Amino acid sequence: MNALKQFIRKPMGVVGAVMLLVVVVVAVCAPWLAPYDPQERVQVTPDDILAPPDAEHLLGRDDAGKDVLSQLIYGARVSLIVGFTASFMSMFIGTTVGLVAGYYGGRVGNTLMRLVDFLMVIPDLPLMLVIIAVMGRGLLNIILVIGLLGWTYTARLVRSQVLSIKERQFVLRAQAIGAGGGRIILRHILPQVLPLIIAQAVLDISVSILAESSLAFLGLGDPTLISWGMMLNFAFERAISRQAWWFLLPPGFAIVLISLALVLIGNTLDEIVNPRLRTHHLFDPRRMVALVTGTPPQSEAKVAAKAR
Amino acid sequence: MERGNYVLRKMTFAVITLVAIIVFNFILFRILPGDPVRLIIHSPRMTREAQERIRANFGLDKPVWFDAERLQEGDVLGAFDSQFTAYVRNLAHGDLGISFASRRDVAEVLAERVWRTVVLVLGGDLIAIILGMILGLVAAWRRGTKLDTAVLLGALFSWALPIFFLGIILLILARGHLPVGGMVAPGLKPEEGLAYWLDVGKHLILPTITMAIVYTSEYVLIMRSGVMEVLAEDYILTAKAKGLSTFRILRDHALKNAALPMVTMIALTFGYTIGGAIQVETVFSWPGIGRLMYEAVQKRDYPVLQGAFLLLAVSVIVANLLADLLYSVLDPRVKAE
Amino acid sequence: MAILDVRNLSVDYLTDDGTALCAVEEVSFRLEEGRSLGIVGESGCGKTTVMMALLRLLPEEGRIVNGQVIFGGRDLLHCSEAEMRKIRWCEISMVFQGAMNALNPVRTVESQIVESLRLHITQDIRVARERTGELLELVGIPAQRGRQYPHQFSGGMRQRAVIAMALACAPSILIADEPTTALDVMIQAQILELLERLQAELALSLIMVTHDLGMVAETCDDVLVMYGGMVAEYANSDAIFNDPQHPYTQRLMEAFPDVEEPGSTLASIPGNPPRLDELPPGCRFEPRCECQWREAFCAQKMPPLVELEPDHCVACHWASRIG
Repeated sequence: MNALKQFIRKPMGVVGAVMLLVVVVVAVCAPWLAPYDPQERVQVTPDDILAPPDAEHLLGRDDAGKDVLSQLIYGARVSLIVGFTASFMSMFIGTTVGLVAGYYGGRVGNTLMRLVDFLMVIPDLPLMLVIIAVMGRGLLNIILVIGLLGWTYTARLVRSQVLSIKERQFVLRAQAIGAGGGRIILRHILPQVLPLIIAQAVLDISVSILAESSLAFLGLGDPTLISWGMMLNFAFERAISRQAWWFLLPPGFAIVLISLALVLIGNTLDEIVNPRLRTHHLFDPRRMVALVTGTPPQSEAKVAAKAR
Repeated sequence: MERGNYVLRKMTFAVITLVAIIVFNFILFRILPGDPVRLIIHSPRMTREAQERIRANFGLDKPVWFDAERLQEGDVLGAFDSQFTAYVRNLAHGDLGISFASRRDVAEVLAERVWRTVVLVLGGDLIAIILGMILGLVAAWRRGTKLDTAVLLGALFSWALPIFFLGIILLILARGHLPVGGMVAPGLKPEEGLAYWLDVGKHLILPTITMAIVYTSEYVLIMRSGVMEVLAEDYILTAKAKGLSTFRILRDHALKNAALPMVTMIALTFGYTIGGAIQVETVFSWPGIGRLMYEAVQKRDYPVLQGAFLLLAVSVIVANLLADLLYSVLDPRVKAE
Repeated sequence: MAILDVRNLSVDYLTDDGTALCAVEEVSFRLEEGRSLGIVGESGCGKTTVMMALLRLLPEEGRIVNGQVIFGGRDLLHCSEAEMRKIRWCEISMVFQGAMNALNPVRTVESQIVESLRLHITQDIRVARERTGELLELVGIPAQRGRQYPHQFSGGMRQRAVIAMALACAPSILIADEPTTALDVMIQAQILELLERLQAELALSLIMVTHDLGMVAETCDDVLVMYGGMVAEYANSDAIFNDPQHPYTQRLMEAFPDVEEPGSTLASIPGNPPRLDELPPGCRFEPRCECQWREAFCAQKMPPLVELEPDHCVACHWASRIG
């Protein structure tokens, strides 16, 4: 596919894709990769608490004496699950709302966009914080809260795209032959909008992952699961004073890894979808004239000769 | 008069949003399962009198929204003697309830801490806006060069960092050189004047830097793409054809045109900015509203949570309104839709 | 006296993978002082590229690879960028295609004209503002409307404002690229009339780039016909319309509807213009040429630009042999 070829040519995107692949593989193969089972109860001696890395525990041990590396590996799962599920939800809602609001316009469209404006104004993290505080911690709640609040940007994006496509020839033609709204949307408009949606979805996943890690860090993660944000929550409270960097830093870098991977991919996709073909006018003008300027220009020599 | 219409529309929208937030706040804390007040009331440790008192205080013996029977009887005022009206009435008086944890007026607690968050957010955001616009402009102008790539990668990287983790890293790096927690060294009092405030300032450095780095990255990305679009426009080519130097083109034509959508975007991302403040305040134990929310979550101090959320939401609504108004002043094309 | 002398101008465009596409090749023409030159050709034939090259305003992928542009005794292609900035607008100015967007939407029209005046002519704001008012009146816009923003002007008014702006520094040469496209017929006529009047009043030398032959017939003294990035024919207006020598020019004249024979069918030129990445070694018009004397030779060897009569040049093997 053309887009794929374009993607491969951009180093940023390829790097991002590789990073993402690594994380996904780690998450999927967690049971085989992790040296220990993080859920297993272990007998610990006081020496084991926040023990530094050694041969048996490559990243040391956490505040409960458990292996950090294993937790790190399993933590990938929560991030990926939350990221992809919440993002799928918000992309689905956002796209639907955007398509409907853009295509039908009128009162339906306006009302929907007012709703979007309203949700956009409410600050995200405080709202998520408050909802989870009231409704309780849990993976499902986290996914719901992130997914149900994150669709507004996509809705706006899709709507403005639909508005510009709506007036194009092929849509008008389809309408002229009597194709119904739903059909037009699905068969004619959606394919045009899809590349944009995909680029946006990738970025959205990274936002979801960051949101989950923030919530977990603030103490609102699912207590039954290991997530990188939660590891940081424990580490921040207990490992900082003891300078146990092996517990404090890896989860954070892991979040950066997956988030950066998605951002690089998303940014590259965005460049492909939104190529900004028009290069701008303020480049270095010296490149424009490829003539050799070493010798005096012929014209001046000729004019001088004529004058004589 | 076109602008007048625009202003009116935006203010109406702000008011409606405000009302919706108030209603939403009420629903969240009174009606949803896990209603904290009920949980407290049904706690076995509550004495009878205490339960009755709280019940009366929160108006739990009254209907939630309105009393249908009394409405039918024609007793309108009586019908609306409900929990919701009590809530709104209290709100109008500035009564946001009493903190479960500290037993103080929520409004008082909020008022005490608000300036600390304001200072942090304003300081960080201001630096971020200036830096972001400059870097974004330069990166777009020098599009394709190593400088542009460096700026872009830097911005993408900072954007991908969780805000709290950046705070943690800066905290680790600055340990021993800069104060890393709290607002002021223990022992210093406000009465000591300059020494006190200087110390506060020192404590403000790291949190502000953290905020600034994160938000700069956001603004750089927005400004860069905005400027790239502007620089491809015909009027830039015309400016060039007029014989204007690159610097003057950037200053007199590109900057203002690119800054306009920035105003809107800064307002739109203000909610994100507030969310960042919560994280930064938590990491650096900066005693503002953000940290308050974090503590309230841990202690299940619902009145405080409710009050803080309302305050933050209102701030974002107001900030958006101000940004809309500012935009209408700056962009001559604004007319009533 | 030729005020502008372009010789053998060639411009390439670089593609993404580095290959160079030849957009304009060996274009030569002269602009005589006080006269107007019309440059005609299909879209994509390179006429705008030539104009942009004159002022060194090509887009990022453009490269001037050959030629001389002699103006005021020096070769513009060898001037430094700083020198070019002094020449732009002040000596040679341009009204671009789609002039509606040439104005910055968030600044007043007046401020943009004042800007060019203060850059080249005078620092004094008051003088500049006065002059701006005069310029606007010159093109038929009430002076006080200068304080409005571009979106408050109609399309035709914007076009006129852009022309006023282009004339602000009293240039010797004005280049108008499709000055009337996208305007309705009445406005078109007004703009043309305006240009003619200005040319007379200000002793302006005018270059008009267009695909509208009617406009050329009405206003231009000399005509340069371009095809596929090269000059096909170059002569004064009478010669081009009454005695076209190049097969392309001849077809163009035929394709032009004749008011006196309303019933006749419109002739069009079948085929497509040449693709820049598939340029033939010989005459570029050859694939579409229906000339009866066409030979295989035409496709293989590039026809040179030959002066058949004084001031009538053609690039066609057949034409130069017969004539």
